[in-house]
Amino acid sequence: MSALQTLRVSLAALTANALRTALTTLGIVIGVGAVIALISIGNGAQVTVQRQIQSLGTNLIFITPGATNTGGVRGGIGSAQTLTIQDAQAIGDPTQVQGISAVVPEILTGAQLVGTGRNAFTRLVGTTAEYAQAYDASLAEGSFFTDQEVQSRSTVAVLGATVAQEVFGSADPVGQQMLIFVPAARTSLHVRVLGVLRSKGGTGIANVDDQVLMPISSLSQYLSRQRAANGEQLVNLVAVQAQRASLVPQVQQGITSLLDARHQVATPDFTVVSQQDVSAAYESVTRNLTIVLGFIAGISLLVGGIGIMNIMLVSVVERTREIGIRKAVGARTRDILSQFLTESLVVSLAGGIVGVAVGIFASRLIDGKSLNGQPLHTVVSGGSVLLAVGVSVAIGLFFGMYPATRAARLDPIQALRYE
Amino acid sequence: MIRLSHVSRIYHLGGTEVRALDDVSLDVENGEYLAITGPSGSGKSTLMNLLGCLDRPDQGTYELDGQDVSTLSPDELATVRGRKLGFVFQSFNLLPRVPAVEQVELPLLYQRVPDSRARALEALRAVGLGDRVDHRPNELSGGQQQRVAIARAIVSEPSFILADEPTGNLASGQKDEVMHLLEEMNRARGITLVVVTHEPEIAGRAHRVVALRDGCVVQDARAEAAR
Repeated sequence: MSALQTLRVSLAALTANALRTALTTLGIVIGVGAVIALISIGNGAQVTVQRQIQSLGTNLIFITPGATNTGGVRGGIGSAQTLTIQDAQAIGDPTQVQGISAVVPEILTGAQLVGTGRNAFTRLVGTTAEYAQAYDASLAEGSFFTDQEVQSRSTVAVLGATVAQEVFGSADPVGQQMLIFVPAARTSLHVRVLGVLRSKGGTGIANVDDQVLMPISSLSQYLSRQRAANGEQLVNLVAVQAQRASLVPQVQQGITSLLDARHQVATPDFTVVSQQDVSAAYESVTRNLTIVLGFIAGISLLVGGIGIMNIMLVSVVERTREIGIRKAVGARTRDILSQFLTESLVVSLAGGIVGVAVGIFASRLIDGKSLNGQPLHTVVSGGSVLLAVGVSVAIGLFFGMYPATRAARLDPIQALRYE
Repeated sequence: MIRLSHVSRIYHLGGTEVRALDDVSLDVENGEYLAITGPSGSGKSTLMNLLGCLDRPDQGTYELDGQDVSTLSPDELATVRGRKLGFVFQSFNLLPRVPAVEQVELPLLYQRVPDSRARALEALRAVGLGDRVDHRPNELSGGQQQRVAIARAIVSEPSFILADEPTGNLASGQKDEVMHLLEEMNRARGITLVVVTHEPEIAGRAHRVVALRDGCVVQDARAEAAR
């Protein structure tokens, strides 16, 4: 019997039991839909994290004090304080390392801000005027501090969007006075607000909205006691921007050699990671998340497959006589086999296609909803669609094979006599 | 032609050996009209299954049109059934919910014969159901259903038709009609007709009657009308 005829016979058999077919298909629809929707959540998390890392800036390299553990990226800022402003200046010297467009030393500390009757605890960043360029920071209002203001140790500050809201509410913060208290140094300083940064909408790992920036010189002078043994000002982070993406590895190498030479220690007491390294580390985490989600959804697809097998076994018993008739008039083993296999394939493929639609719809529905305050983003990838449809077809074949084989092996004499 | 030589079919039921057919030899020439009779348990069904290539003998050989079919695989037997044999069953054995023309077309589809639809329509016209081609079994009378089955039996132009109690489920008026139709296929088309029956009046219509008892041929008589 031709493939087309086999398909016609299978469709006729499936429509004869429309409700049963629909319910069996529903099992696959739910399974495939779950796979698509859950993988889209994993993909969405991946894209969101990558976008946050990219939103930090472009071609960035981060130098932090303290050594990495072998191969790992150390998450926190290192406790070993050996990186100084002088290190940052050396890196910025074009005769030492080539291909750098900006060097941004940062002192990081916790600080209590007191504005007009309100206060907030946030991260205080002492940095240079190049910060804005390196981190692609633009201002919602006011201005960033200048090189001049850094050199003259001006008592000025630039607020992140969240902090500005917390400390000044709806009032315009630009030009206002604000008190910064640094518990670690047990000192405080009155500063004038120069500007407010435009929100980058970051959360978690790269929240640049919840911080306050001030000239590194002023912070060092008035609010920091972090000094090296030789009296140099320690920094918690140096961000370096390479001129081009292709220069990043070379610059990374240059910085490492330079700092090795300057520090003269047996094991490196600093860590140099590029934005790509951070990206890659988070990507492996989110990829694992996607795989776990997909696997969980895959279980419901498996259950759908068992549903197909169950109903096909019932169908084979019910249609024993039909199988006998077909064999009597000349159907061979493979004719019967392909007829039943086609039925389970049609069910699983139809379920797969409808499931893709349901999954895409569900992921649209989830997109933008918040879970524990964190917005969920979903991205449906072509790969997950192909995977889900492919797996559902494989399930149709796998779970259809046993019932179809049973049908094909029926003895025609017994089958014809079956009541 | 059909040639059974010393054929036996043995079943093992709980350690005892049952010879459903015991050393049966039977020749049927092309175009013959033969009835096989006997009480239940005589081996009629076993013989029919063997003749119909649904089963294989344990001993002896079965030649069909010169080909030894007693050693063929199940799939090869299926092909022989599709090409050389037409079945007519007591309970019609039509597929539920399938229109008459598709019932008749079925053997041709499994053989991948071209023009299957046209040939199926022609076979339905030959049994007088040219106006019922789209009717499903539940829309047809018993006699009409059996005529669809006869159309299905002749559509592949077989060497012989094997009819197993073809009138067993029919009202008496329809019995005659169905037997007439089968006999016409035998007479006009030269298709060998083998009717298995326990009804003497049906067997009496055949030109040759083979009687079975306990798995053996006890009578093989040619009627006067056969000539």
